Amino acid sequence: MVLSSTIGRSVPRREGAAKVTGAARYTDDLVIPGAWYGKTVRSTVPRGRLRSITLDPAFDWSRVVVVTADDIPGDNVVQLIRDDQPVLAPNGGEIRHKEEPILLLAAADRGTLEEASGHIRIEIEPLRPVYALEEATEVFTTLEITKGKVVEDLEDMEVVERTFRVGLQEQLYIEPQGAIAIPEANGAIRIIGSLQCPYYVHRALKRALKLSDQQAIVVQAETGGGFGGKEEYPSIVAVHAALLARKAGRPVRLIYDRHEDLAATTKRHPGVITHRTAVKKDGTLVSQDIEIVLDGGAYCTLTPVVLSRAAIHAAGAYSCPNVRIRARAVATNTPPNGAFRGFGAPQSLFAAELMVEHVAERLGMSSVDLRRKWMLRLGDTTATGQVLNESVGSELVLDAALKAVPTAQPLNRRTARHGRGLSLVFHGSGFTGSGEKKLQGTIGFEALADGTFRILTASTEIGQGTKTIFCQLAADALGVGLDKVILAPQDTSLVPDSGPTVASRTAMIVGRLVQEAAAEVKERLKREKAPLRLEKSYFQPDSIHWDETNYRGDAYPVYAWACTITDVEVDMTTGEVRVTDLVTAVDCGKALHPVMAEGQIEGGCLQAVGWATIEEIKMKDGGYQNDRLATYLIPTALDAPRIRTILVENPYSRGPFGAKGIGELPMDGPAPAIIAAIHDATGIWLDEIPATPEKVLAACASR
Amino acid sequence: MRFTLNGREISCEGSGARRLLDVLREDLGATGTKEGCGEGECGACSVLIDGQVVDSCLVAVGQVEGRDVVTVEGLALQDGKLSQLQQAFIEYGAAQCGICTPGMLLAAHVLLEQSRRLTADDVREGLAGNLCRCTGYTKIIDAVLSCTK
Amino acid sequence: MLHAHALRPEPEALLDLWPLNELKGVRCTGDMLEIAAAEPYTGIIASLDVQQHLPALAAAARTIGAAQIQNRGTLGGNLANASPAGDTLPVLLAYDAVVVTDRRSIPIDTFFTGYRKTALQSDELITAVRFPLGRHVAFRKVGTRAAQAISKIVMAVSRRPGSARIAIGSVAELPLRARRAEAALERNDVEGAIAAVAEDIRPIDDVRSTAAYRRAVTQNVLRELLDAFARG
Repeated sequence: MVLSSTIGRSVPRREGAAKVTGAARYTDDLVIPGAWYGKTVRSTVPRGRLRSITLDPAFDWSRVVVVTADDIPGDNVVQLIRDDQPVLAPNGGEIRHKEEPILLLAAADRGTLEEASGHIRIEIEPLRPVYALEEATEVFTTLEITKGKVVEDLEDMEVVERTFRVGLQEQLYIEPQGAIAIPEANGAIRIIGSLQCPYYVHRALKRALKLSDQQAIVVQAETGGGFGGKEEYPSIVAVHAALLARKAGRPVRLIYDRHEDLAATTKRHPGVITHRTAVKKDGTLVSQDIEIVLDGGAYCTLTPVVLSRAAIHAAGAYSCPNVRIRARAVATNTPPNGAFRGFGAPQSLFAAELMVEHVAERLGMSSVDLRRKWMLRLGDTTATGQVLNESVGSELVLDAALKAVPTAQPLNRRTARHGRGLSLVFHGSGFTGSGEKKLQGTIGFEALADGTFRILTASTEIGQGTKTIFCQLAADALGVGLDKVILAPQDTSLVPDSGPTVASRTAMIVGRLVQEAAAEVKERLKREKAPLRLEKSYFQPDSIHWDETNYRGDAYPVYAWACTITDVEVDMTTGEVRVTDLVTAVDCGKALHPVMAEGQIEGGCLQAVGWATIEEIKMKDGGYQNDRLATYLIPTALDAPRIRTILVENPYSRGPFGAKGIGELPMDGPAPAIIAAIHDATGIWLDEIPATPEKVLAACASR
Repeated sequence: MRFTLNGREISCEGSGARRLLDVLREDLGATGTKEGCGEGECGACSVLIDGQVVDSCLVAVGQVEGRDVVTVEGLALQDGKLSQLQQAFIEYGAAQCGICTPGMLLAAHVLLEQSRRLTADDVREGLAGNLCRCTGYTKIIDAVLSCTK
Repeated sequence: MLHAHALRPEPEALLDLWPLNELKGVRCTGDMLEIAAAEPYTGIIASLDVQQHLPALAAAARTIGAAQIQNRGTLGGNLANASPAGDTLPVLLAYDAVVVTDRRSIPIDTFFTGYRKTALQSDELITAVRFPLGRHVAFRKVGTRAAQAISKIVMAVSRRPGSARIAIGSVAELPLRARRAEAALERNDVEGAIAAVAEDIRPIDDVRSTAAYRRAVTQNVLRELLDAFARG
């Protein structure tokens, strides 16, 4: 009997029942008998030298476990790309940002922890901090992409130059960071935590605690949102918890409260992007000269990769014969910035999209027409010299969005003005260039004796639907019902490293492995009996060529595309901007699960709306002033626009059923569209986000 | 202190000044109610007290003496089946990471109890105290409106 | 409650006023409406008497937090807390409300004495807020988002022949009556009032907004609310 496939059908979420009944267990829900509570004691000084840590002898320290850098058995390094970030500030070492971790405490109850932390004196000899990106002297990394030669002096040319700024943004997963560390037999330490990448944490644990592959065990608990904020940061939480557990000889729960999470964890890289674009008077795009500066904060974390993605997307979804992109990331004495959905592309695409608007305005052309003239099409070459030879949905999504525009709603206030803006963006699916090849992401697949099938993968469910679509892909390939497919827990002692759950790769790259493994198992079951087990690893097709040294070639296996139209209402009395409607057409290749694909798009769009309007972080003395949920504001249901998603299926030959990655793409379109809409409503051009009422009102007044 | 939790009589000891949120999660094993901020901004800790939705991080357990408290664990039907609203949340994709879902369900439940003639704007206003970062709210509103039929 | 949780060491005792029925309810007589100190905002919003006689109070209450906060927030709580940003406090000022305690009645315009300071004695209990009827009040809150937002400015304006009230929150260390602007308005000098209000207020730069913005928006919103009054 052939069961009909669920591919393309919005089946119930695999763990949905648990989530709607309160049965789903997130990290802090877990009861671990005998566990103590942990706490991180942090620097209040943005830059200095750690001179001493004094524990007040009047306090009874026998009730408390204290961990400093001296207690680190392995390397005092947060394992990531560069070895610059310590797990804990070493004595005599340099503190480089406010909230930098200095020591750790554990006790049987939170009251004792609070009391203990009041009895510690930390002496830091202050050094002069650098806060502003423009004043930074330390450069983490630079990168240059060139195609052709920048040309500006031809006859009949217009040159438009503009500088844009984008601000910090907090991922604001509703479940704060947290990990529980449990010491086990044979020197093993088990981490259960809220995280996206079990193997990142695994590597960090091994390095800092000097553990073997088997001794370090990392288990992902149900995770309440990640958005990149739980890509690399959980390594720090986990290593801290593990150090405490190791010294205490008992489990330790290290759960951040919201204030600590806001004050100390990574944010989106803010930056300044400058464009000089040369065009012929008929609108022909001749050259783009782009400079990007991103602020990485105090430590490197993933900054080189963020810069890379920013640079590769910097020219926008457009075909230009001459492109020069010079990008650099600098260090400041502010908390380190890190992964956040989009990972550099939202920043550079913000600038690229607004340049289209400014050039169109200079030429007296419609910016939609200009996009049609410029857009990358099948067969065109990108800034890195990649020939786009399949699945280029640029015009498809533009047409689909234009067809679906909402009728303008009646204005809420007499003093309000309506405006509409549009953007066209693309986003590479999967890791850059040779990234997937280096990762060699692997899954395991088993046929069990009882007739069920089990997927073994470190790819995590963080709300985006990993578990559901993997089961759909497997069930379809096997020709069995969904109920016959299960997943092993995301536990490093049980499943292989499928690569991190980031970079819009999970459906397209890992899902494809699931599909292939399932098909192979089905074949083998014709000749062999269950139980069977096999592993499948990513294999880079010969057709993908990437030159890492010169940054040329096939930057991504394929791109997804989106056209976004936003309607805004600007209140001229107060400068308040309300985004009332948002329509977005997305070329996703294939929607394996339409409701989940829409869900990703709607959620990502609203995050971008927040970034563009109300999610402001003000700095003071190297720290964030917006460090509580009362002051860091994300959109509520009453702020959110009506969002309509149009899924366009333009298949990619190597994605499962043609699916491309879309997790990050929705972050790229709304912000520039909103700025364009504000211009449409008021005549003002803002060059930075968030477009706060203060900025809007001031710009209107000076007009 | 004595109060009713999801229809069951509860008696608990200790300081009446403790947050209801902590008593639920730590003493009573009702971990469905979540802590997202501890300051009454996110609504992840929402519970019902005498049918009204409140943030349990802002309620001292002494204040629920003699009251009826309902958490997400009390939303399913008598025989353990999911309620229409819970089913709608699954069907419409209103739950992604799920951390806001318990609070969101309770706030939506109250809305639906108050009226079956809800507009999308009514639902937005009624859920304005429950932050969601995953969904953009679109499918949550669709799910709630589907229950007004 | 937020403050209590943060108190270290834990207080010896907390007295919960919530169950006291004497502190609940909305009572309306011919010329006066009285709202008990612990009546939650949800009840105030739903009260037909409030909707009819004090619509600006209902409007202001709806901008507080969201459902969860409105179900527990009270006039008594907001008065005692005396935050300069309290959303209903300018409305109380514009309605000429009277704070009734266990021992006296305090006119609202003498109630706030400094930053989070009131005229209350340390053991004095607010029991109700009393509103004379007959004033029309216009209200507007400007906040960063549509719900769950502390205001950048919040304003309540009332105008009748010879008597003006312009009350504004988040522009000083306490909810403020803009006296010079009121005097100008009482002389029918609308432009004068809009100019004067900028002098009456003392806004600061803070995490939410800037003094310059608050000043500009105070003037703009005053103009907008007065225009609404003029149109009737």
